[in-house]
Amino acid sequence: MVRKLGSLTLSLIRGTGDFALFTLTAFRSAFSTRRLLHRVFRAMFEQGVRCLPVILIVGMFTGLVLGLQGYHVLNRFGSESLLGALVSLSLVRELGPVLAALMLVGQAGSALAAELGIQRNSEQIAALETMGVSTHGYLVTPRLLGALLIFPMQTALFVSVGLWGGWLSGSMMLGLEPGVYWSSVERAVEPDDVQECFTKAAVFGLLTVALCCYYGFNAHRCTSATGARAVSASTTRAVVLSCITVLAADYVITSFLL
Amino acid sequence: MSEARPSLLLDVRGVKKRYGTHEVLTGASLEVPRASVVTVLGRSGTGKSVFLKCLAGIERPDEGVIAFDGTPLDADLPSARAEFRRRCSFLFQSNALFDSLTALENVVLPLEQTTALSSSVVRQRSLEALQQLELDSFADKYPSQLSGGMQKRLALARAIVTRPELVLFDEPTAGLDPLRRNAVFAMIVKYQRQFGFTAVIVTHDVAEVLVISDHVALLDSGTMRFAGSPAAFSTSTDPVVCDFRDSTAALHKAVDALRTGQNPSLTES
Repeated sequence: MVRKLGSLTLSLIRGTGDFALFTLTAFRSAFSTRRLLHRVFRAMFEQGVRCLPVILIVGMFTGLVLGLQGYHVLNRFGSESLLGALVSLSLVRELGPVLAALMLVGQAGSALAAELGIQRNSEQIAALETMGVSTHGYLVTPRLLGALLIFPMQTALFVSVGLWGGWLSGSMMLGLEPGVYWSSVERAVEPDDVQECFTKAAVFGLLTVALCCYYGFNAHRCTSATGARAVSASTTRAVVLSCITVLAADYVITSFLL
Repeated sequence: MSEARPSLLLDVRGVKKRYGTHEVLTGASLEVPRASVVTVLGRSGTGKSVFLKCLAGIERPDEGVIAFDGTPLDADLPSARAEFRRRCSFLFQSNALFDSLTALENVVLPLEQTTALSSSVVRQRSLEALQQLELDSFADKYPSQLSGGMQKRLALARAIVTRPELVLFDEPTAGLDPLRRNAVFAMIVKYQRQFGFTAVIVTHDVAEVLVISDHVALLDSGTMRFAGSPAAFSTSTDPVVCDFRDSTAALHKAVDALRTGQNPSLTES
């Protein structure tokens, strides 16, 4: 039992260290990779376009539900005028960055892990190595930088659409004065909240894309399976661990910022 | 290690490679003279591809020395390895083409990422490489839209576009019919003569390699059982060489024995 626990702890430490080195190598490779900007833009386009529809749909429904639930709860205390504050603070501080990150994992992260896993399986990554091309610089760095840039934008979009969703259910469906809703939003959201939102977005985007790249890139090191099953196992692990990491990082960041 | 010989581009001494408890290479050595075609033969599972991957740096040998142009490729000397990669290309058995890039983009990639050439020069050289391999009209096609032979030619175009001094071929004719197999070997020899690179080929195809090779080596049980000229290989009396070389004759004998109602041994020797 103790031996098992020790072995698990050691493997966790080793894995964390390996992941940290992988991410650092990717960032270091930014200085030696040619035509990086072109690939960063391509990564931003891929991650942005892949996630855009789901960000818009989930953002809208989140806002609609928040508006609906919030209105009925606040109505009991005669405080419907605070609906804008409830929706905006929920979205800006927590739900926006977290839900958008989970959407990023499900949509772009899983595709990313599978793509890199297949490239590893079909020796495309080995081919890059034999050519003397920096595999981290060519495959990972643009995606990390792309996520750092695009993910805060997607989160902002998610929050904006969510606010309109709250307005739709609160004002258009339940009759709250639109001016009351929007002025409550304006009064509630402070610059610190926006900063917290963007900090979380950048950290979540970086962590999730780095984890998905790490598991896809190292699909050949999967001990439980080989070939196509290794790609599938690595993708699943990348998605599950990314989701857990987003929630854990959310708690850590919130406890530091509050 | 013995003194470096300037006529050798690649000098491999006592390479060992182990996976867990299974020792695949038990001390393989090979001398590769400049501008020659050297073929490594061997039965399936004898470690030919592992040997080639050790040469290319994809696998790291547990022991032994690999010297390129007189300089040992030591893990502690990344500059030597980088220089080797700059001057060497590897043709994978599976071609390892980038399926999300077009034929032209596949050829552009190594030049674009490893040289400081301008975009116009990179494009021009890549188009030239495609033209030399008669693929210029397929520049915008994806690898999946090309036939097996064309994919092989595209992989070769990508391998030679950086003008390497050494090209390593891992079973370039695996899974091809005899006509295509001959065409691929003819293509390798043609471009080896045209560009003057040194070729190391790993294959099973005995009859063809005796025609195209300057030197032949036979890998057996993790070491080089034979190394010499094709003529010496053809006349060698080594039983392992004989078995490998005369495998078709052995098949004839076995089939004749079956036809006459005997029960011959068809197991590998």
